[in-house]
Amino acid sequence: MKSPLPETWSKPPAIANPVLRYGLILAVAVYAVWAIGTLPFDWARISDGVGRAGRIFSGAFPPSFERPGLMLEGFLESLQIAIIATAAGVLLSVPIALMSARNLAPMPVYILGRGIIICARSFHPVIVAIIFVKAVGFGPLAGMLTLMVYSIGFVAKMLAERIEEIDWGQVEAVRAAGASYLSTLIYAVFPQIMPRQIGLSIYQLDSNLRASAVVGIVGAGGIGATLANAFKRYDYDFALAIIMVIVGAILISEAVSGMIRKRIW
Amino acid sequence: MVSLDTRPEDWVRFTPRQRLTRFAIYAFVLISIAWAMSNVEINWPWLLDAPQQMGDLFGRMVPPDASNLGTILRVLVETVNIATIATGAGVILSLPVAYIAAQNTTPNQATLWLGRFILVTSRSVNTIIWALLFVAIFGPGVLAGILAITFRSLGFLGKLMGEAIEEIDRRPVEALEATGASKGKVILYAIVPQVLPAFWAVSILRWDINIRESTVLGLVGAGGIGLVLQGAIDTFNWQEAATILLAILALVVIGEFISAWLRRQII
Repeated sequence: MKSPLPETWSKPPAIANPVLRYGLILAVAVYAVWAIGTLPFDWARISDGVGRAGRIFSGAFPPSFERPGLMLEGFLESLQIAIIATAAGVLLSVPIALMSARNLAPMPVYILGRGIIICARSFHPVIVAIIFVKAVGFGPLAGMLTLMVYSIGFVAKMLAERIEEIDWGQVEAVRAAGASYLSTLIYAVFPQIMPRQIGLSIYQLDSNLRASAVVGIVGAGGIGATLANAFKRYDYDFALAIIMVIVGAILISEAVSGMIRKRIW
Repeated sequence: MVSLDTRPEDWVRFTPRQRLTRFAIYAFVLISIAWAMSNVEINWPWLLDAPQQMGDLFGRMVPPDASNLGTILRVLVETVNIATIATGAGVILSLPVAYIAAQNTTPNQATLWLGRFILVTSRSVNTIIWALLFVAIFGPGVLAGILAITFRSLGFLGKLMGEAIEEIDRRPVEALEATGASKGKVILYAIVPQVLPAFWAVSILRWDINIRESTVLGLVGAGGIGLVLQGAIDTFNWQEAATILLAILALVVIGEFISAWLRRQII
């Protein structure tokens, strides 16, 4: 006899409407087939890959630390690029964040500020780097300008969000005392956003150090340039050594920045 | 002579000791900036020239040349497909890694460290560096790009999912274990429902990031719109480069809208 209730409990499906549920699954499957089908895979070249992978990895082991001078030079340059870009980027992001905070800026200024942030955030640092390399030539200067833009995109956005959350009472109190715009900023706004600003700066330094390893690949200086050269000359053992140094440096800087931020917040 | 104790009669914001620490930190920051500025190779004439050069460059980009728009849109779709397929692959691969990298679900100490090792390696190597490696192995093309993004996403997704698994409520797991449920059933009925919201949030976030990352893969030969951008820049076709940059901007902004919408729908 068939009972009106099922004998065993089963989990209710995530999407109650069966048409929508199976429709979505079907849509995902169709999309996957279509996307993989239309992408231009070069299968002949890909099937060569297994042999090449063997050659590359046998060329990469053991990693060669024979040119520590070159590596140290590239790494210090990356560090310098990251420091300067962070300092300049954080300074510039303060006025931009003030422009992009809805509670402080009038509408036209707000739109301009948000526009700058959206542009700075949307382009990957590598694209920005290519444009700066074309404009100011190869070398660390292009890297610094790139990471400055990158820092503005992140720091100004987060800072603007923090400014929008400030306690408005302090601003009113300072204004009631007859303070000018600048004094209001210095005495009522900045003290409230300072802890966040310091945390963001340290995070951004860490983040810039990471990114500076990458922008070098397109000619913007630092250890990325050393890495790209090693790859181009098929020096896979040196390239592996550089990657290991980058990974080590990133782990250290992540740990240090995490520690400092934990103590501040 | 400043004494190191606070004097209660006149109020100051910081004690002298705090002030000393602050000055030491300021000095350290200034010295590191000065060190960086003095050592780095800045070609000052180039820097002073930069605004003019940039103006010149943007001048050459106007008006954007849309004659190649068909090709640009086609590779734009290709870029989105690379990002989406790679996110899907990264999500699937990251789940077992997250499972063994979470302290409360990992079978034993060795698998815990294996999981952590995979996550750290994947996360510390940037997408572009992964792409360089895969281009060297599989040749220029979309496969190298997909693999690069998959390998980089794996660490990001695995780390966040692992943290979500570590934060779950133990009691449903214990309740199911007490009924004699199998390992698979415990995962399916006690762990999965708890981490599902985090899973969707993290996957959507990574898709958004991957859209951005996939626009630059082409610059190292790994497919997508970057290849067309590189071509336009190398031939000094700045007007077409401007169209491509606008297309990338539009793509990223649309991607951000879609991911915000998806997040609202699901969470």
